[in-house]
Amino acid sequence: MKILVLAKRVLDTANTNLKMDPIRGTLIKEGVPSILNPDDANALEAALAIKDEDPETTITILTMGAPAAKYMIRECLAMGADEAYFLTDDAFGGADTYSTSATLAYAAKKIGDFDLILAGRQSIVGDTAQVGPQVAQRLGLPLVTYAQNIKIKDGKALVERQLEDGYEVIEAPLPCLITAVGELNTPRYMTAGGILAAYEKEIITWGCSEIEIDAGICGLVGSPTRVVRSFAPELKGSGEMLEGSPQAMAETLISKLHEKHVI
Amino acid sequence: MSVQINKEKCKGCTLCVKACPFDALAMEGKLAVINENCTECGVCVETCKFDAIVKIDDMQSDINKDDYRGVWVFAEQRDGKLMSVAIELLGEGRKLADELGTELCAIFLGEDVSNEAEKLIAYGAEKVYLAEDSELKSYRPGAYSKVITAAIETYKPEILLMGATHIGRDLGPCLAINSKTGLTADCTKLEIGDEERNLYQTRPAFGGNLMATILCPYSRPQMATVRPGVMKAAEYDASRTGEIINLAVDLDEYDLRAKVLEIVKSTKHAVSLSDAEVIVAGGNGLGGPEGFELLEQFAEKLGGVVGATRAAVDSGWIAHSHLVGQTGTTVRPKIYFACGISGAIQHLSGMSDSEYIVAINTNKNAPIFKVADYGLVGDLYKIIPEIMEQIDQLNN
Repeated sequence: MKILVLAKRVLDTANTNLKMDPIRGTLIKEGVPSILNPDDANALEAALAIKDEDPETTITILTMGAPAAKYMIRECLAMGADEAYFLTDDAFGGADTYSTSATLAYAAKKIGDFDLILAGRQSIVGDTAQVGPQVAQRLGLPLVTYAQNIKIKDGKALVERQLEDGYEVIEAPLPCLITAVGELNTPRYMTAGGILAAYEKEIITWGCSEIEIDAGICGLVGSPTRVVRSFAPELKGSGEMLEGSPQAMAETLISKLHEKHVI
Repeated sequence: MSVQINKEKCKGCTLCVKACPFDALAMEGKLAVINENCTECGVCVETCKFDAIVKIDDMQSDINKDDYRGVWVFAEQRDGKLMSVAIELLGEGRKLADELGTELCAIFLGEDVSNEAEKLIAYGAEKVYLAEDSELKSYRPGAYSKVITAAIETYKPEILLMGATHIGRDLGPCLAINSKTGLTADCTKLEIGDEERNLYQTRPAFGGNLMATILCPYSRPQMATVRPGVMKAAEYDASRTGEIINLAVDLDEYDLRAKVLEIVKSTKHAVSLSDAEVIVAGGNGLGGPEGFELLEQFAEKLGGVVGATRAAVDSGWIAHSHLVGQTGTTVRPKIYFACGISGAIQHLSGMSDSEYIVAINTNKNAPIFKVADYGLVGDLYKIIPEIMEQIDQLNN
């Protein structure tokens, strides 16, 4: 089986207390570690689990990003992926999900046919959950998002798709595109052997010309949406700190809430 | 829109401000910003010594934006029942439609759902585009996106709003590709901001650390998903009248490749955080799963439900369905008790719109106190029983 995993390098915003530059209204990115996007790690783990069952499986990583993403790609290879394609080009910069999905879809077509494409549900920087579905739509593949369980059998994927109040069981024929959530699995660690092997594997770097995409389709130029303003969220002002023993605080609190008809 | 300043490269030298013939540039702190006087003449681009100003060719679009009118709401249903987010979107959609001087419509797919379609009119939809078919009974991306794409092509709405649910967040991206347009996820604020009828869509990014306002200036419809619980629901008024327009449904095997075999409802008591008036939420400071037993009792006393932070959910103390925050549910109850919650930005972004916030934490410097109306510093295991005692006294 041939599996393509879409992987993104992200700033670890989930586990870092980010600071804002108060003058520019932008994030201070220095010192924030960058990682393989958590949901993408679950997608890769799902692919590796399939390979554990069927060693004939090949796993290809596809990443778009700035040159620093190479370290993250090595991590994916060290976890057990077989090969990697890295899309990097100034023309890809500033892309929204619409043009990102175009670039990824062009590259996926160029690499060849796959039985299964796996991606994370969403990145922790954008949280949009749009790139996976949009790649599927562009490639004309059946789509299953929010996968919390995946079984591949007889040319079909049987997927438990997470809902807010339960889940649904979806059967999709291969090839299809599935996006993974954290509940799907626990991503494995790199092994020492894997790390050594990762440096034997080649990362194929492509730009616009290699994937034969018109520069007008990718990056900011190809993006239908534009960010016109970014700013730090306004927090509600601090209120009142109550004083005294637990009993005294509880009394004050309840009488205040009662006064305001909250309880 | 097409001249932009690269904030990373701008050094604040003010050369561009002096060079601009139209007073379209000004300094905000140490950063140059472009205002609405900009005529895209490009003088500043030439002036900047740091390549921080760029002129970007507008995205090629062969559509005539004036052909697109009307605000549409995707009326999501499950088991044939309208989801509350659809009613919230009709509330918000009404505001936008009035401001634009256009009509508010709902697009509604399902099987035998015409009764619910009437409700959409009572909630303010002037037209309901209704597609009924056994294959549309429950959501499927292939079938739903085909029917809605066809309706968009025929009736050309300028705005389409969807709930940021597990369904809307699956459907929206597919529709955006089909209609060759932009989509902004998880918006918390929508405004009509200019004469071009552009929708200014504000959403959190970087785990809630940053808010971004996004436009879709070149294509139509402008698509946005909005989280449940964020917008105010429309009022029900049975005297409202409207038109139901039946859509043709033409699905083939290609559209139905992925099949829903079964829908399994969680057997556990459904946690409806987004509808709750009272939420008692716990975090790392509980110290273990037993803390949630106390919070359950506390919540029960107030007729509320229990919420949790990412840390508590990740520790396995409570189910994921209780998660409040960036990757969980956005809530705006009447009162939110944050117990042993430090107040990471990811959590704050999901609950800071609560009407009242009470924070209980041992650390007086915890960020949660910055958003709390009432702060109680101390051991929650001592304080909460006292609060429960006080509630009992009040009820007697």
